[in-house]
Amino acid sequence: MSNIPQFLVHSPEDNVGVVVVEDLKAGTDMLGVITENDSTIRVTAGHDIPIGHKVALVDLKEGDTVVKYGQDVGRMVGSAAKGEHVHVHNHKTKRW
Amino acid sequence: MAKSAARKAAKPASSTKGNLQFWGWRRENGRVGVRNHVLILPLDDLSNAACEAVANNIKGTLAVPHAYGRLQFGADLDLHFRTLIGTGSNPNVAAVVVIGIEDGWTDRVVQGIAKTGKPVVGFGIEGHGDIATVAKASYKAKDFLQWASELPLEECDISELWVSTKCGESDTTTGLGSCPTVGNMYDKLIPKGVTGVFGETSEITGGEHIARERAISKEIGDKWYKVWKAYQDDVIEANKVDDLSESQPTKGNIAGGLSSIEEKALGNLEKIGRNCRYIDVLGPAEEPQAGPGLYYMDTSSAAAECVTLMAAGGWVVHTFPTGQGNIIGNPIVPVIKISANPKTLRTMPEHIDVDVTGILRREMTLDTAGDALIDMVIRTANGRLTAAEALGHREFVLTKLYRSA
Repeated sequence: MSNIPQFLVHSPEDNVGVVVVEDLKAGTDMLGVITENDSTIRVTAGHDIPIGHKVALVDLKEGDTVVKYGQDVGRMVGSAAKGEHVHVHNHKTKRW
Repeated sequence: MAKSAARKAAKPASSTKGNLQFWGWRRENGRVGVRNHVLILPLDDLSNAACEAVANNIKGTLAVPHAYGRLQFGADLDLHFRTLIGTGSNPNVAAVVVIGIEDGWTDRVVQGIAKTGKPVVGFGIEGHGDIATVAKASYKAKDFLQWASELPLEECDISELWVSTKCGESDTTTGLGSCPTVGNMYDKLIPKGVTGVFGETSEITGGEHIARERAISKEIGDKWYKVWKAYQDDVIEANKVDDLSESQPTKGNIAGGLSSIEEKALGNLEKIGRNCRYIDVLGPAEEPQAGPGLYYMDTSSAAAECVTLMAAGGWVVHTFPTGQGNIIGNPIVPVIKISANPKTLRTMPEHIDVDVTGILRREMTLDTAGDALIDMVIRTANGRLTAAEALGHREFVLTKLYRSA
Protein backbone atom coordinates (compact mmCIF):
# COMPACT_ATOMS: atom_id res chain seq x y z
CA MET A 1 0.00 0.00 0.00
CA SER A 2 1.24 3.47 -0.90
CA ASN A 3 2.33 5.60 2.01
CA ILE A 4 1.27 8.80 0.23
CA PRO A 5 -1.47 10.24 2.46
CA GLN A 6 -4.95 11.07 1.18
CA PHE A 7 -5.35 13.77 3.82
CA LEU A 8 -3.24 15.93 6.12
CA VAL A 9 -4.02 17.38 9.54
CA HIS A 10 -2.16 20.38 10.98
CA SER A 11 -2.44 19.72 14.73
CA PRO A 12 -3.38 16.78 16.97
CA GLU A 13 -6.13 19.03 18.40
CA ASP A 14 -7.85 19.44 15.01
CA ASN A 15 -11.23 17.88 14.31
CA VAL A 16 -10.93 18.30 10.52
CA GLY A 17 -8.28 17.28 7.98
CA VAL A 18 -7.61 18.37 4.38
CA VAL A 19 -7.89 16.01 1.40
CA VAL A 20 -4.66 16.35 -0.63
CA VAL A 21 -5.34 14.01 -3.58
CA GLU A 22 -7.56 14.48 -6.62
CA ASP A 23 -10.63 12.30 -7.34
CA LEU A 24 -11.04 10.92 -3.81
CA LYS A 25 -14.05 8.58 -3.78
CA ALA A 26 -16.46 7.75 -0.94
CA GLY A 27 -15.53 4.51 0.74
CA THR A 28 -11.77 5.00 0.39
CA ASP A 29 -9.82 3.87 3.45
CA MET A 30 -7.74 7.04 3.81
CA LEU A 31 -4.29 7.42 5.34
CA GLY A 32 -3.86 10.74 7.14
CA VAL A 33 -0.73 12.37 8.54
CA ILE A 34 -0.72 14.91 11.38
CA THR A 35 2.04 17.24 10.18
CA GLU A 36 2.89 18.67 13.61
CA ASN A 37 4.08 15.32 14.99
CA ASP A 38 4.18 13.05 11.91
CA SER A 39 1.72 10.56 13.42
CA THR A 40 -0.74 8.73 11.16
CA ILE A 41 -4.46 8.02 11.38
CA ARG A 42 -6.98 6.24 9.14
CA VAL A 43 -10.47 7.46 8.28
CA THR A 44 -12.93 6.06 5.72
CA ALA A 45 -14.21 8.74 3.33
CA GLY A 46 -17.96 9.23 3.69
CA HIS A 47 -18.27 11.34 0.53
CA ASP A 48 -16.41 12.04 -2.72
CA ILE A 49 -14.32 14.97 -1.40
CA PRO A 50 -12.50 17.34 -3.80
CA ILE A 51 -8.80 18.05 -3.31
CA GLY A 52 -8.25 20.82 -0.76
CA HIS A 53 -11.61 20.29 0.94
CA LYS A 54 -12.02 19.27 4.55
CA VAL A 55 -12.98 15.93 6.05
CA ALA A 56 -14.45 15.48 9.55
CA LEU A 57 -12.18 13.45 11.84
CA VAL A 58 -14.91 12.97 14.43
CA ASP A 59 -18.70 13.22 14.31
CA LEU A 60 -19.50 16.95 14.18
CA LYS A 61 -22.94 18.40 14.89
CA GLU A 62 -24.52 21.82 14.48
CA GLY A 63 -23.00 24.35 16.88
CA ASP A 64 -19.70 22.52 17.30
CA THR A 65 -16.50 24.55 16.95
CA VAL A 66 -14.32 23.52 14.02
CA VAL A 67 -10.67 23.27 15.02
CA LYS A 68 -7.82 23.52 12.50
CA TYR A 69 -4.20 24.59 13.16
CA GLY A 70 -5.20 23.89 16.78
CA GLN A 71 -7.35 27.05 16.54
CA ASP A 72 -11.04 27.99 16.35
CA VAL A 73 -11.90 28.41 12.66
CA GLY A 74 -15.68 28.76 12.97
CA ARG A 75 -18.76 26.71 13.78
CA MET A 76 -20.79 23.89 12.29
CA VAL A 77 -24.15 25.03 10.87
CA GLY A 78 -25.04 21.46 9.93
CA SER A 79 -23.68 18.06 10.80
CA ALA A 80 -20.92 15.88 9.39
CA ALA A 81 -20.21 12.33 10.52
CA LYS A 82 -16.60 11.18 10.77
CA GLY A 83 -15.22 10.89 7.22
CA GLU A 84 -17.75 13.27 5.68
CA HIS A 85 -17.21 16.53 3.78
CA VAL A 86 -16.97 19.77 5.83
CA HIS A 87 -17.43 22.90 3.73
CA VAL A 88 -19.63 25.98 3.29
CA HIS A 89 -22.81 23.85 3.41
CA ASN A 90 -22.19 22.94 7.06
CA HIS A 91 -19.34 25.24 8.26
CA LYS A 92 -19.38 29.00 8.80
CA THR A 93 -17.26 31.76 10.29
CA LYS A 94 -18.00 33.10 13.78
CA ARG A 95 -16.97 36.59 12.59
CA TRP A 96 -19.69 37.51 10.11
CA MET B 1 14.99 46.18 -18.90
CA ALA B 2 18.43 47.41 -19.84
CA LYS B 3 21.27 45.01 -20.29
CA SER B 4 19.86 41.55 -19.95
CA ALA B 5 22.15 39.90 -22.50
CA ALA B 6 25.39 41.40 -21.23
CA ARG B 7 24.33 40.54 -17.71
CA LYS B 8 24.27 36.80 -18.32
CA ALA B 9 27.92 36.81 -19.38
CA ALA B 10 28.88 38.66 -16.24
CA LYS B 11 27.18 36.18 -13.95
CA PRO B 12 28.08 32.78 -12.61
CA ALA B 13 26.07 29.69 -13.53
CA SER B 14 22.48 29.73 -12.35
CA SER B 15 22.90 27.13 -9.61
CA THR B 16 23.50 28.96 -6.36
CA LYS B 17 22.92 26.15 -3.89
CA GLY B 18 24.37 27.16 -0.56
CA ASN B 19 25.76 30.39 -1.98
CA LEU B 20 24.10 33.26 -0.12
CA GLN B 21 25.44 35.97 -2.38
CA PHE B 22 23.80 37.56 -5.38
CA TRP B 23 24.72 39.94 -8.16
CA GLY B 24 22.95 43.27 -8.23
CA TRP B 25 23.20 46.91 -9.16
CA ARG B 26 24.22 49.18 -6.31
CA ARG B 27 22.34 52.46 -6.67
CA GLU B 28 23.47 55.96 -5.76
CA ASN B 29 21.85 55.72 -2.31
CA GLY B 30 23.56 52.41 -1.46
CA ARG B 31 20.54 50.14 -1.93
CA VAL B 32 20.90 47.16 -4.28
CA GLY B 33 18.52 46.32 -7.13
CA VAL B 34 18.12 43.07 -9.06
CA ARG B 35 16.56 44.54 -12.19
CA ASN B 36 17.77 47.52 -14.20
CA HIS B 37 14.66 49.27 -15.49
CA VAL B 38 14.43 52.68 -17.10
CA LEU B 39 10.95 53.65 -16.02
CA ILE B 40 8.56 55.92 -17.95
CA LEU B 41 6.26 56.95 -15.12
CA PRO B 42 2.93 58.74 -15.64
CA LEU B 43 1.89 61.19 -12.93
CA ASP B 44 -1.76 60.68 -13.89
CA ASP B 45 -4.14 58.73 -16.11
CA LEU B 46 -3.99 61.45 -18.82
CA SER B 47 -0.26 60.91 -19.31
CA ASN B 48 -0.42 57.17 -19.94
CA ALA B 49 -0.57 57.59 -23.74
CA ALA B 50 2.58 59.74 -23.87
CA CYS B 51 4.44 57.33 -21.57
CA GLU B 52 3.47 54.34 -23.70
CA ALA B 53 4.56 56.22 -26.84
CA VAL B 54 7.98 56.90 -25.29
CA ALA B 55 8.38 53.25 -24.28
CA ASN B 56 7.42 52.27 -27.83
CA ASN B 57 10.06 54.62 -29.27
CA ILE B 58 12.84 53.54 -26.95
CA LYS B 59 12.90 49.74 -26.80
CA GLY B 60 13.84 48.38 -23.41
CA THR B 61 12.30 51.18 -21.37
CA LEU B 62 9.19 50.41 -19.35
CA ALA B 63 5.97 52.45 -19.13
CA VAL B 64 3.70 51.80 -16.14
CA PRO B 65 0.23 53.12 -17.02
CA HIS B 66 -2.29 53.48 -14.17
CA ALA B 67 -5.76 54.88 -13.53
CA TYR B 68 -5.36 57.78 -11.09
CA GLY B 69 -3.71 61.09 -10.21
CA ARG B 70 -6.42 63.69 -10.76
CA LEU B 71 -8.39 65.60 -8.09
CA GLN B 72 -7.15 63.45 -5.25
CA PHE B 73 -6.69 65.09 -1.85
CA GLY B 74 -5.61 64.48 1.75
CA ALA B 75 -4.32 61.04 2.75
CA ASP B 76 -5.40 59.62 -0.62
CA LEU B 77 -3.22 62.14 -2.49
CA ASP B 78 -0.33 61.55 -0.08
CA LEU B 79 -0.53 57.83 -0.80
CA HIS B 80 -0.61 58.52 -4.55
CA PHE B 81 2.61 60.55 -4.36
CA ARG B 82 4.25 58.12 -1.93
CA THR B 83 3.50 55.20 -4.27
CA LEU B 84 4.77 56.93 -7.43
CA ILE B 85 7.88 58.32 -5.73
CA GLY B 86 8.53 54.96 -4.05
CA THR B 87 8.15 53.12 -7.36
CA GLY B 88 10.64 55.42 -9.07
CA SER B 89 12.98 55.20 -6.07
CA ASN B 90 12.97 51.37 -6.00
CA PRO B 91 16.51 50.00 -6.49
CA ASN B 92 15.27 47.85 -9.40
CA VAL B 93 14.91 51.13 -11.30
CA ALA B 94 18.05 52.74 -12.76
CA ALA B 95 16.53 55.98 -14.04
CA VAL B 96 13.10 57.57 -14.47
CA VAL B 97 11.28 59.80 -16.96
CA VAL B 98 8.13 61.27 -15.35
CA ILE B 99 5.37 62.65 -17.57
CA GLY B 100 2.35 64.52 -16.15
CA ILE B 101 -0.41 66.68 -17.51
CA GLU B 102 1.11 69.78 -15.85
CA ASP B 103 4.47 70.75 -14.40
CA GLY B 104 3.68 71.26 -10.69
CA TRP B 105 2.77 67.79 -9.50
CA THR B 106 5.13 66.26 -12.10
CA ASP B 107 7.99 68.10 -10.43
CA ARG B 108 6.87 66.92 -7.00
CA VAL B 109 7.37 63.30 -8.14
CA VAL B 110 10.68 64.17 -9.82
CA GLN B 111 11.98 65.86 -6.65
CA GLY B 112 10.93 62.88 -4.53
CA ILE B 113 12.75 60.38 -6.72
CA ALA B 114 15.80 62.68 -7.06
CA LYS B 115 16.48 62.23 -3.32
CA THR B 116 17.85 58.76 -4.16
CA GLY B 117 20.48 60.40 -6.40
CA LYS B 118 19.36 58.46 -9.48
CA PRO B 119 18.82 60.22 -12.83
CA VAL B 120 15.24 61.51 -13.13
CA VAL B 121 13.60 64.10 -15.34
CA GLY B 122 10.01 65.33 -15.73
CA PHE B 123 7.90 66.70 -18.57
CA GLY B 124 4.52 68.46 -18.40
CA ILE B 125 2.22 68.08 -21.39
CA GLU B 126 0.15 71.32 -21.14
CA GLY B 127 1.49 74.04 -23.42
CA HIS B 128 3.36 71.53 -25.57
CA GLY B 129 1.01 68.70 -26.48
CA ASP B 130 1.65 64.96 -26.59
CA ILE B 131 3.81 64.89 -29.73
CA ALA B 132 6.44 67.42 -28.66
CA THR B 133 6.47 65.98 -25.14
CA VAL B 134 6.96 62.43 -26.42
CA ALA B 135 9.83 63.62 -28.63
CA LYS B 136 11.65 65.42 -25.80
CA ALA B 137 11.05 62.58 -23.34
CA SER B 138 12.21 59.98 -25.89
CA TYR B 139 15.61 61.65 -26.35
CA LYS B 140 16.06 61.63 -22.57
CA ALA B 141 14.82 58.04 -22.21
CA LYS B 142 17.35 56.92 -24.85
CA ASP B 143 20.21 58.59 -22.97
CA PHE B 144 19.09 56.96 -19.69
CA LEU B 145 18.70 53.52 -21.28
CA GLN B 146 22.16 53.52 -22.85
CA TRP B 147 23.68 54.82 -19.62
CA ALA B 148 21.90 52.13 -17.57
CA SER B 149 23.01 49.38 -19.98
CA GLU B 150 26.62 49.93 -18.94
CA LEU B 151 26.09 49.98 -15.17
CA PRO B 152 28.28 47.34 -13.54
CA LEU B 153 26.99 44.47 -11.42
CA GLU B 154 28.38 43.87 -7.98
CA GLU B 155 28.40 40.73 -5.83
CA CYS B 156 26.38 41.41 -2.70
CA ASP B 157 25.62 39.60 0.52
CA ILE B 158 22.08 38.23 0.93
CA SER B 159 21.58 40.76 3.75
CA GLU B 160 21.28 43.47 1.09
CA LEU B 161 18.25 41.76 -0.45
CA TRP B 162 14.75 42.95 0.45
CA VAL B 163 12.21 40.13 -0.01
CA SER B 164 8.46 40.74 0.34
CA THR B 165 5.53 38.30 0.55
CA LYS B 166 1.81 38.16 -0.07
CA CYS B 167 -0.27 35.13 -1.08
CA GLY B 168 -3.23 34.92 -3.44
CA GLU B 169 -5.99 32.63 -4.66
CA SER B 170 -5.35 30.79 -1.44
CA ASP B 171 -6.77 27.42 -0.61
CA THR B 172 -6.06 24.82 2.05
CA THR B 173 -2.83 23.80 0.26
CA THR B 174 -1.35 27.27 0.79
CA GLY B 175 -1.69 26.84 4.56
CA LEU B 176 -0.19 23.33 4.35
CA GLY B 177 2.57 23.93 1.81
CA SER B 178 3.37 27.17 0.00
CA CYS B 179 2.83 29.66 2.88
CA PRO B 180 4.92 27.71 5.43
CA THR B 181 7.59 27.40 2.69
CA VAL B 182 7.83 31.20 2.69
CA GLY B 183 7.80 31.10 6.50
CA ASN B 184 10.72 28.67 6.48
CA MET B 185 12.58 31.00 4.10
CA TYR B 186 12.05 33.97 6.44
CA ASP B 187 13.06 31.91 9.48
CA LYS B 188 16.37 31.26 7.69
CA LEU B 189 16.94 34.63 5.95
CA ILE B 190 15.77 37.19 8.51
CA PRO B 191 18.57 36.13 10.94
CA LYS B 192 21.00 36.70 8.03
CA GLY B 193 19.93 40.36 7.85
CA VAL B 194 17.36 40.20 5.04
CA THR B 195 14.59 42.80 5.16
CA GLY B 196 11.15 41.22 4.78
CA VAL B 197 7.54 42.39 4.77
CA PHE B 198 4.05 40.90 5.01
CA GLY B 199 0.67 42.63 5.05
CA GLU B 200 -2.97 42.01 4.00
CA THR B 201 -4.76 43.72 6.89
CA SER B 202 -8.18 42.55 5.71
CA GLU B 203 -7.20 38.87 5.70
CA ILE B 204 -5.89 38.49 9.22
CA THR B 205 -9.34 38.43 10.79
CA GLY B 206 -9.49 35.22 12.81
CA GLY B 207 -5.75 35.22 13.38
CA GLU B 208 -5.39 38.69 14.91
CA HIS B 209 -4.47 37.25 18.32
CA ILE B 210 -1.54 35.42 16.68
CA ALA B 211 -0.44 38.39 14.54
CA ARG B 212 -0.48 40.71 17.54
CA GLU B 213 1.70 38.32 19.56
CA ARG B 214 4.28 38.00 16.80
CA ALA B 215 5.42 41.62 17.24
CA ILE B 216 8.87 42.27 18.65
CA SER B 217 7.34 44.13 21.63
CA LYS B 218 3.99 44.87 23.22
CA GLU B 219 4.20 48.43 21.89
CA ILE B 220 4.59 47.26 18.25
CA GLY B 221 1.88 44.61 18.77
CA ASP B 222 -0.48 47.33 20.01
CA LYS B 223 0.45 49.49 17.02
CA TRP B 224 -0.42 46.56 14.75
CA TYR B 225 -3.73 45.94 16.54
CA LYS B 226 -4.75 49.58 16.11
CA VAL B 227 -4.24 49.29 12.33
CA TRP B 228 -6.22 46.05 12.16
CA LYS B 229 -9.04 47.39 14.36
CA ALA B 230 -9.31 50.59 12.30
CA TYR B 231 -9.84 48.47 9.20
CA GLN B 232 -12.58 46.47 10.97
CA ASP B 233 -14.37 49.59 12.18
CA ASP B 234 -13.84 52.02 9.29
CA VAL B 235 -14.15 49.66 6.34
CA ILE B 236 -15.98 46.45 7.33
CA GLU B 237 -18.45 47.81 9.88
CA ALA B 238 -19.02 51.06 7.95
CA ASN B 239 -19.69 49.44 4.58
CA LYS B 240 -21.05 45.96 5.09
CA VAL B 241 -24.62 45.44 3.95
CA ASP B 242 -24.90 41.76 4.77
CA ASP B 243 -22.94 38.66 5.60
CA LEU B 244 -19.47 38.83 4.04
CA SER B 245 -19.28 35.09 3.57
CA GLU B 246 -19.16 35.33 -0.23
CA SER B 247 -16.44 38.01 -0.26
CA GLN B 248 -14.12 36.60 2.40
CA PRO B 249 -13.24 33.87 1.68
CA THR B 250 -13.55 34.57 -2.06
CA LYS B 251 -15.29 32.26 -4.51
CA GLY B 252 -11.86 31.00 -5.59
CA ASN B 253 -10.85 30.32 -1.99
CA ILE B 254 -14.10 28.41 -1.43
CA ALA B 255 -13.60 26.31 -4.56
CA GLY B 256 -10.20 25.43 -3.09
CA GLY B 257 -11.73 24.19 0.15
CA LEU B 258 -11.53 27.19 2.49
CA SER B 259 -14.83 27.87 4.24
CA SER B 260 -14.20 30.62 6.82
CA ILE B 261 -12.10 33.78 7.18
CA GLU B 262 -10.49 32.33 10.32
CA GLU B 263 -9.26 29.30 8.37
CA LYS B 264 -7.93 31.57 5.59
CA ALA B 265 -6.18 33.92 8.04
CA LEU B 266 -4.37 31.11 9.85
CA GLY B 267 -3.05 29.79 6.53
CA ASN B 268 -1.98 33.30 5.52
CA LEU B 269 0.01 33.79 8.74
CA GLU B 270 2.06 30.64 8.00
CA LYS B 271 4.12 32.98 5.77
CA ILE B 272 5.92 34.52 8.75
CA GLY B 273 7.38 31.24 9.92
CA ARG B 274 7.83 29.95 13.42
CA ASN B 275 10.46 32.30 14.85
CA CYS B 276 10.27 35.66 13.03
CA ARG B 277 8.97 38.70 14.84
CA TYR B 278 8.01 41.89 13.02
CA ILE B 279 9.90 44.94 14.18
CA ASP B 280 7.61 47.73 12.96
CA VAL B 281 4.26 48.48 11.34
CA LEU B 282 4.36 50.52 8.14
CA GLY B 283 1.70 52.55 6.40
CA PRO B 284 0.96 51.61 2.77
CA ALA B 285 4.01 52.21 0.50
CA GLU B 286 6.01 53.47 3.48
CA GLU B 287 9.76 52.90 3.48
CA PRO B 288 11.01 51.12 6.64
CA GLN B 289 13.26 53.04 9.00
CA ALA B 290 14.12 50.47 11.70
CA GLY B 291 16.86 48.56 9.83
CA PRO B 292 16.92 44.92 8.68
CA GLY B 293 14.21 42.55 9.88
CA LEU B 294 10.60 41.63 9.20
CA TYR B 295 8.01 44.41 8.82
CA TYR B 296 4.23 44.55 8.63
CA MET B 297 2.71 46.85 6.00
CA ASP B 298 -0.92 47.94 6.14
CA THR B 299 -2.14 46.85 2.70
CA SER B 300 -5.17 45.68 0.84
CA SER B 301 -5.33 41.93 0.23
CA ALA B 302 -5.82 42.42 -3.51
CA ALA B 303 -2.66 40.99 -5.05
CA ALA B 304 -1.65 43.73 -7.49
CA GLU B 305 -2.38 46.55 -5.02
CA CYS B 306 -0.39 44.87 -2.28
CA VAL B 307 2.66 44.02 -4.41
CA THR B 308 2.65 47.56 -5.88
CA LEU B 309 2.67 49.05 -2.35
CA MET B 310 5.49 46.76 -1.17
CA ALA B 311 7.55 47.61 -4.27
CA ALA B 312 6.99 51.30 -3.52
CA GLY B 313 8.26 50.66 0.02
CA GLY B 314 11.55 49.48 -1.48
CA TRP B 315 11.29 45.68 -1.70
CA VAL B 316 13.01 44.18 -4.78
CA VAL B 317 11.95 40.50 -4.92
CA HIS B 318 8.48 39.18 -4.09
CA THR B 319 7.55 35.65 -2.96
CA PHE B 320 3.94 34.75 -3.77
CA PRO B 321 2.35 31.51 -2.55
CA THR B 322 -0.76 30.49 -4.47
CA GLY B 323 -3.14 27.58 -4.25
CA GLN B 324 -5.71 27.92 -7.02
CA GLY B 325 -3.32 29.83 -9.31
CA ASN B 326 -3.13 33.61 -8.98
CA ILE B 327 -1.17 34.78 -12.05
CA ILE B 328 -0.09 38.25 -10.87
CA GLY B 329 3.19 39.95 -11.76
CA ASN B 330 4.63 43.41 -11.23
CA PRO B 331 6.46 45.68 -13.70
CA ILE B 332 9.52 46.40 -11.56
CA VAL B 333 9.69 43.54 -9.03
CA PRO B 334 10.04 39.87 -10.00
CA VAL B 335 7.16 37.90 -8.42
CA ILE B 336 8.09 34.29 -7.59
CA LYS B 337 5.10 31.90 -7.49
CA ILE B 338 5.12 28.97 -5.11
CA SER B 339 2.39 26.32 -5.15
CA ALA B 340 1.69 23.07 -3.34
CA ASN B 341 -1.54 22.31 -5.22
CA PRO B 342 -1.04 19.37 -7.62
CA LYS B 343 -4.14 20.32 -9.62
CA THR B 344 -2.74 23.82 -10.21
CA LEU B 345 0.64 22.38 -11.22
CA ARG B 346 -1.18 20.02 -13.58
CA THR B 347 -3.51 22.57 -15.17
CA MET B 348 -1.43 25.80 -15.27
CA PRO B 349 2.22 24.95 -14.60
CA GLU B 350 3.57 27.81 -16.72
CA HIS B 351 2.68 30.21 -13.88
CA ILE B 352 4.56 28.44 -11.07
CA ASP B 353 8.27 28.95 -10.28
CA VAL B 354 8.62 26.69 -7.24
CA ASP B 355 6.69 23.40 -7.09
CA VAL B 356 6.23 22.28 -3.46
CA THR B 357 3.51 19.68 -4.11
CA GLY B 358 5.93 17.16 -2.58
CA ILE B 359 4.98 18.56 0.84
CA LEU B 360 1.45 17.20 0.40
CA ARG B 361 2.78 13.78 -0.58
CA ARG B 362 5.16 13.90 2.42
CA GLU B 363 8.06 13.51 -0.01
CA MET B 364 9.40 17.01 0.71
CA THR B 365 9.92 18.58 4.14
CA LEU B 366 9.33 22.26 4.89
CA ASP B 367 13.08 22.54 5.40
CA THR B 368 13.87 21.34 1.87
CA ALA B 369 10.99 23.41 0.44
CA GLY B 370 12.37 26.52 2.18
CA ASP B 371 15.82 25.81 0.74
CA ALA B 372 14.33 25.39 -2.75
CA LEU B 373 12.64 28.77 -2.41
CA ILE B 374 15.83 30.46 -1.17
CA ASP B 375 17.64 28.98 -4.17
CA MET B 376 14.95 30.40 -6.49
CA VAL B 377 15.10 33.82 -4.77
CA ILE B 378 18.85 33.97 -5.42
CA ARG B 379 18.51 32.70 -9.01
CA THR B 380 15.81 35.32 -9.58
CA ALA B 381 17.98 38.05 -8.08
CA ASN B 382 20.76 36.86 -10.40
CA GLY B 383 18.56 37.47 -13.41
CA ARG B 384 16.38 34.39 -13.97
CA LEU B 385 13.07 35.68 -15.27
CA THR B 386 10.08 34.58 -13.20
CA ALA B 387 7.06 32.92 -14.81
CA ALA B 388 5.17 36.20 -14.42
CA GLU B 389 7.96 38.17 -16.10
CA ALA B 390 8.21 35.69 -18.98
CA LEU B 391 4.43 35.81 -19.44
CA GLY B 392 4.40 39.63 -19.44
CA HIS B 393 2.48 40.21 -16.21
CA ARG B 394 3.02 43.86 -15.24
CA GLU B 395 0.12 44.65 -12.93
CA PHE B 396 0.79 48.14 -11.55
CA VAL B 397 -2.23 49.03 -9.42
CA LEU B 398 -2.46 52.08 -7.18
CA THR B 399 -4.46 51.89 -3.95
CA LYS B 400 -7.26 54.48 -3.80
CA LEU B 401 -8.50 55.32 -0.30
CA TYR B 402 -11.69 57.26 -1.23
CA ARG B 403 -13.45 59.22 -3.98
CA SER B 404 -11.67 62.18 -5.55
CA ALA B 405 -12.73 65.83 -5.03
